[in-house]
Amino acid sequence: MLKIYNDGKRITAALSGDLDHHAAREIRLELDDVIARSRPELLILDFEKVGFMDSSGIGLILGRSRAVRAVGGELLVKNARREIAEIIKISGLGQLIAAQCDVG
Amino acid sequence: MKRVLINECKAVFPALSRNESLSRSMAAAFALQCDPTVEETAAVKTAVSEAVTNAIVHGYRDSEGFVEMNMKLYDNGLLYIQIKDKGRGIDDIKAAMEPMFTTAPAAEERSGLGFTVMQSFMDKVKVRSSAGRGTTVTLEKRIGGKPLDKR
Repeated sequence: MLKIYNDGKRITAALSGDLDHHAAREIRLELDDVIARSRPELLILDFEKVGFMDSSGIGLILGRSRAVRAVGGELLVKNARREIAEIIKISGLGQLIAAQCDVG
Repeated sequence: MKRVLINECKAVFPALSRNESLSRSMAAAFALQCDPTVEETAAVKTAVSEAVTNAIVHGYRDSEGFVEMNMKLYDNGLLYIQIKDKGRGIDDIKAAMEPMFTTAPAAEERSGLGFTVMQSFMDKVKVRSSAGRGTTVTLEKRIGGKPLDKR
């Protein structure tokens, strides 16, 4: 569900499976824990292995964006597949974190 | 021309968050018979997931209960999915359908985009609700290009 690679300054969180309301809760707790402990300059959410996401994922991305900014870092979303990028687009989140959000 | 009902399926499951994934898999399996594209399947799964999550998170926020899903398929490729709860109901449907509107506590990080996503991915979204009695969301989408036989 979640693999974390942490080199101190940069954390890559490789998410996998379905990102819905059921899954989001646990991922959120784990990510907030690592953000608080490591205070990363960059948190990368890698969506390569996420097969499904609904609007619960938007809450998760937005919440982590706030959490990482609160410790002076930035958030990057990468490798989101087309349907997921579409939901990010609908949400307007892409504009909100435009410079950091690569949903290509 | 009158459309003809080709197939239907009803599922009832408890309002547990683990059933969000079950419900959208059932909808995707039902939709499969009209030969959907990858995008159409993703759209149906996403919309169903939003409606069922709403029933679980909002409808049954303070109670336990069941979510009912009624699926129908017509000969013109119209897929009709109704998601019904007997929970608390929505006080103000118009407000609830506004983007970013949510009544969930901030700590739960609900984006308030459920209805917006449903409307983006489906052809039609209808909501009926009555305070204290529950909510019914009806989703409709034309799937696939070809007419279907009743067999």
